[in-house]
Amino acid sequence: MLPKWYDKWVSENPKDIFGPAILIGAVGGAVLVAALLVTWGRPLAVEAVQTGPRGTGMSVTKFVSDRATPDPTAAAYVSVAPVVPQPGDARARTAVPGAEAALGDLTAANYERLVGQMREWTGIPDLFAGEENYQTVVARSMIQMTQNLNENWEGHVNLSGQAGVNCYTCHRGQPVPTGVWFKITPVSEATAGWASVQNRTTVQSGSTSLPSDALEKYLLDGETIAVHDLESRVAQDVTDGSSPTWQNTERTFSLMNYFDNALGVNCVFCHNSRAFYDVGQNTPQWAQAQLAIGMVQELNIDYMTPLQDVLPPERLGAQGDVPKIGCMTCHKGYQRPLGGMDMVSDWPELRASGEPVYQ
Amino acid sequence: MPEYQNIFTQVQVQGAPEWGMDNEFNMMEERAGTPRYSTLVGWLGNAQLGPIYLGSAGVISLATGLLWFVIVGFNMLAQVGWSLPEFLRQLFWLALEPPSPQYGLTIPPLNDGGWYIIASFFLLVSVMMWWVRTYRLAMKHKMGKHVAWAFLSAIWLFLVLGLFRPILMGSWSEAVPYGIFPHLDWTTAFSIRYGNLYYNPFHCLSIVFLYGSVLLFAMHGATILAVSRFGGDRELEQIVDRGTASERAALFWRWTMGFNATMEGIHRWAWWFAVLTPITGGIGILLTGTVVDNWFIWAQEHNFAPTYLEPYGYEAYVTGGN
Repeated sequence: MLPKWYDKWVSENPKDIFGPAILIGAVGGAVLVAALLVTWGRPLAVEAVQTGPRGTGMSVTKFVSDRATPDPTAAAYVSVAPVVPQPGDARARTAVPGAEAALGDLTAANYERLVGQMREWTGIPDLFAGEENYQTVVARSMIQMTQNLNENWEGHVNLSGQAGVNCYTCHRGQPVPTGVWFKITPVSEATAGWASVQNRTTVQSGSTSLPSDALEKYLLDGETIAVHDLESRVAQDVTDGSSPTWQNTERTFSLMNYFDNALGVNCVFCHNSRAFYDVGQNTPQWAQAQLAIGMVQELNIDYMTPLQDVLPPERLGAQGDVPKIGCMTCHKGYQRPLGGMDMVSDWPELRASGEPVYQ
Repeated sequence: MPEYQNIFTQVQVQGAPEWGMDNEFNMMEERAGTPRYSTLVGWLGNAQLGPIYLGSAGVISLATGLLWFVIVGFNMLAQVGWSLPEFLRQLFWLALEPPSPQYGLTIPPLNDGGWYIIASFFLLVSVMMWWVRTYRLAMKHKMGKHVAWAFLSAIWLFLVLGLFRPILMGSWSEAVPYGIFPHLDWTTAFSIRYGNLYYNPFHCLSIVFLYGSVLLFAMHGATILAVSRFGGDRELEQIVDRGTASERAALFWRWTMGFNATMEGIHRWAWWFAVLTPITGGIGILLTGTVVDNWFIWAQEHNFAPTYLEPYGYEAYVTGGN
């Protein structure tokens, strides 16, 4: 194919072309990749938000694409402005046949508006309608819970601007909100004590073997979160339950992983990782989380646990316990649920207990 | 001969098996197994497999080690209701867990750490017998006991983790679980519980020796390979009768960094770096919780953990967003 003089020249002048070719190819390829990285940037760009003093590595890193994408359920939220009652407006109790008694004092227009939206938000079309069903019974309690949150837990629900909560904050159009949790321990057979609550992959432990009872202990039973009391060995006794044990540390770690996943953050959002235990080096978000733990405990004890006899068996967990609330139930993996959207300005009926104040 | 310059030995010699020496200890009688050749093994090292010398210590070690292994395995299997698919699926998560804290140093029920204590006893016997075996085998070969002492340094760390420290802390619950992920969780909890192990100076030393061992191994291996064309791979000859390989290797390092180890001394460097890794690590673990409760506070008291100027100004940092 090639001219004879060429073949002759090649055979008379043998050259190792593979060595230089591989070398040039490798070096050239590396230079090309480096140049592309420098000029075009990382293929999956990340953005770090600093959470602590410079030089401490305290930052929450996320993909820019994730950060720019809001919670997809936020777009599906529909709100309706309230109808300011005029003197003489008919009340729901008299004007709406079969109106829910607890909401009977609302004007008919606001009653229809509120109940209509509740049905949209929760995806329960027959809420407060027709035969009394368990969802209606639960809803009465949930309205009180929502009012309590907006009225008494302002420090948390309005932390970064006027946000508040309503049914949609948890439900997002689903009759059963995502991110509720049930008791799942014991997780092992043929074991007792600490061995029976850990060393399995569960919805709580994920990729770790940490204890799976963290939510139950800290968000329902009210156990104090403790990894060490800074007492010396001689002043401690890990055998009588008076001092936090190794296993309490692991259970705390399990809860912290849950926090991270539920809020889409990492350890250094609240802690300086050089000294996790040192409250003095924690960020203000740590105090917010402390407040939120108290809040969630109250919700679980005052509002969820009493539903034990109301909910049908198919709504209960494997151990027959009611679904319970955690960070994930509202946050859904985001620092601010629904991007901090205002959920109460249109809904004075849910803002506080008592007579709604329309403006 | 470029064929040899490969991590896989490409030229293999296979013939009558080599039995090694027999001497006044009558070791020939206790050698077990028929020697054979494996091309696969030959790629990586000596192609001859066997015979093996177990001795009484080796037999006890294997038997007790097997008991430990089986107890751990069957406990894991029992935990998943004797389901083999579930056992395989959860294998990395499963563990034989030490007793709950309330049992202290007493004997706990079998299902809450009792099996762990029994398995640990067998593991202790197994490891110690394997050590006896390395010592006795070296003695019978009229070797130094360097391997045995190096192994003992690792055993020191093992004993600190599972025996000495739990006893000093007053509870077997401090011991390390037998499981893949569980022992990693244990390690993380160890650091968090005691105020950050990175401020433990013995942890620092252990890391220095660990990484130092790696560096020394790379330097020595590279040096010997580099001078093997001058006979440098015949290290023992070069030690007693220094040749051009040693000279060049020494010159290389002296001209590179002003200092060079000797042909014999480099092996002492390597041995001590390796041995000091678990020795210092074990000291650091033994002190944790027993003598020092919080390494971060300890580091501040000893002026090597920096204190930031307060107020930290956390409020200034953006924490909004979604």
